[in-house]
Amino acid sequence: MKCQKCEKAATFHITEITDGDHVALHLCADCAEQYLKPSGGAGTVGEALAQHLSVGQTSDEMAKLDQKACPVCGITYYEFRKYGRLGCPHDYVHFEAELESLIVNIHGEVRHRGKRPPKPPADAAVATELIRLRREMKEAIDGENYELASQIRDRIRRLEKEGQR
Amino acid sequence: MNLDELSQQTCEWLRAEGPDSDIVVSTRIRLARNLSDFPFIRRCTDIDRAGIESLVLRRLELRPEFAGLQRIDVESLDELDRRFLVERQLISRELAEAEGARSLLLEPNERLAVMINEEDHLRLQVMKSGLQIAEAWQSIDRWDNLLQEVLQVAFHDRWGYLTACPTNVGTGLRVSVMVHLPALVQTRQIERVFKSLQKISLAVRGLFGEGSQAMGDFYQISNQLTLGRSEAELLEQVGEVVPALIDYERKARDFLIASAREELTEQVRTALKTLRKSNRISSEETMHLLSKLRMGVHLKLNDELDIPLINRLFLQTQPAHLQKLRGGPLGSDERNRARAEYLQAALAGLGEGTT
Repeated sequence: MKCQKCEKAATFHITEITDGDHVALHLCADCAEQYLKPSGGAGTVGEALAQHLSVGQTSDEMAKLDQKACPVCGITYYEFRKYGRLGCPHDYVHFEAELESLIVNIHGEVRHRGKRPPKPPADAAVATELIRLRREMKEAIDGENYELASQIRDRIRRLEKEGQR
Repeated sequence: MNLDELSQQTCEWLRAEGPDSDIVVSTRIRLARNLSDFPFIRRCTDIDRAGIESLVLRRLELRPEFAGLQRIDVESLDELDRRFLVERQLISRELAEAEGARSLLLEPNERLAVMINEEDHLRLQVMKSGLQIAEAWQSIDRWDNLLQEVLQVAFHDRWGYLTACPTNVGTGLRVSVMVHLPALVQTRQIERVFKSLQKISLAVRGLFGEGSQAMGDFYQISNQLTLGRSEAELLEQVGEVVPALIDYERKARDFLIASAREELTEQVRTALKTLRKSNRISSEETMHLLSKLRMGVHLKLNDELDIPLINRLFLQTQPAHLQKLRGGPLGSDERNRARAEYLQAALAGLGEGTT
C-alpha cells in the first residue's frame, strides 16, 4: 500500500477516532512522524527559541536584539536566549513583542484564561522599583560602595514596609 | 524534621490506595509562583535568595493553616539526604543540586510539599495516591489561595502568573498522573500509545530513568501547555485520557493472561526467585523484576505477595533510601550487595512452595 501523502510505502496504519467516527490513515514512516508531532507547538523553550529565531531575522537584527536589556533586572535578550530563563517579572513587559511570538510557538495561545489572584495584585511600579533597587544594592556592594549600599537597603526596607510586602 | 523518621514511612504516592490504584499509582499537581518584588532565580544574588526564603517563612507564620508544615533547610542537608528527598518526589533534582538558600516545606503526611527557590521562587505540589485529579486540585487551589493571602505574587493581566520559563506561564500548572503499564510494554504497544498522547500535547516521561527510558514500567502523563486554557480544562485534558489508558492496559493484561498465562506465571516465579537469591543486584534490575511481581499480584498469579510490600521494596531499594537504612554512604558495589541482602530479608520464605 502506498502512503496517502507521498509515493513511499505505507508502514504506519493509524485509526483516528473522533466522536465515534473512524478514519483510517495509511502513511510512510516520515509522514507518520510529521502527522503525529504535537500540534500545540514546540515542547521546550529551547525548541521554541530555535524555531522563533529562524524566522526571517538578519544577523544584524539578531545582534541588536541580543543586546536589548531589561532596565529593571538587567538581563539581556542574549542571556535569556542562551539559558532559557527570564530575569524578573518585568521582562514580560519589556520583551513583550519578542516573547509573544515565542509564547505562541510554545502554547499556541496569547492570553491567560485561568485563575486570578484572590486579592488585587500589588502596585507593579513599586514591585519593579524594589527589584531595581535590589540590583543597585548588589552593584554598590560589588563596587565596595558600602555607604550607598546601606542607603539603598534602607529605601528597600521603607518600600517593603509601606506596601506591607 | 527528622529525615530518619520519614524514611520509615511509606510515601503518599506509594500507599496503593485510591481509585484504579492497580494501574494509576499517584496524581500530582504543581503550581509555579513567584514573588512580585524579587528578580527571578537566575538573576538573584545570595542576598535575594536569603531574602525570599526568610520573607516566605515569616509571612506563612501569619496563617495558622501553615503551622503544621515542617521546614527542611535543603541547603544544610548532605548530598545523601537531598537525594533521599528526590527519590520520594518531594524535591526536584534541580533544587537538590542548586546552591544558596533553599527550603522544603512539608506536610508530615507528605501530601503538600512547597519548594522555595527552585526554578521559580515557589513550587507548590500536592500528591495523592491513585487517580484523584479533582481532589488534588481542590487541595492545591486552597493552599495557593492561602499563600496568596499573605504573599504578593507576580501576575500579569494578559500573561497570568509569571514564571521564570515561558513554558510555565499562565496557570503555572502541571498535573502528572503516574501509571504502571507493564502489559503495554510487554505487548510492545507502548510507543504507539505515547505517540497518540504527544499528538494532543500531553507529555510522557518515564519515571526514575532519564528521558523516555522508564524503569519498572512507570510512566508519567502530564500537560505540556499552561497558557490560554483554564485550570479545569488542563486537568480535564489529562483526566480524560487516563481512563482510556487504564482500559488499554487492562486489555493488554487480559490478552497476556489469555494467551500466555504459563509464561507469565513463570516470569513472576523467576522474578521472585532472582530477587530472593541474588548476592548483588542493581537498582535497575530490581525495578524491572518488582514490576513483574506487581503485575503478577494484580493478575492473581501470586497469592503470597501484596502490593504494599512491593511498593515498599520499590522505594527502599532506591540508592539513597538504601544508604539511609544502612546509616551512611555506600559505593556502587556495596549498594548492590546491601540491596540484595535487604531483598533477601524482606522476601524470606516467600516463593518456597512454587520453586
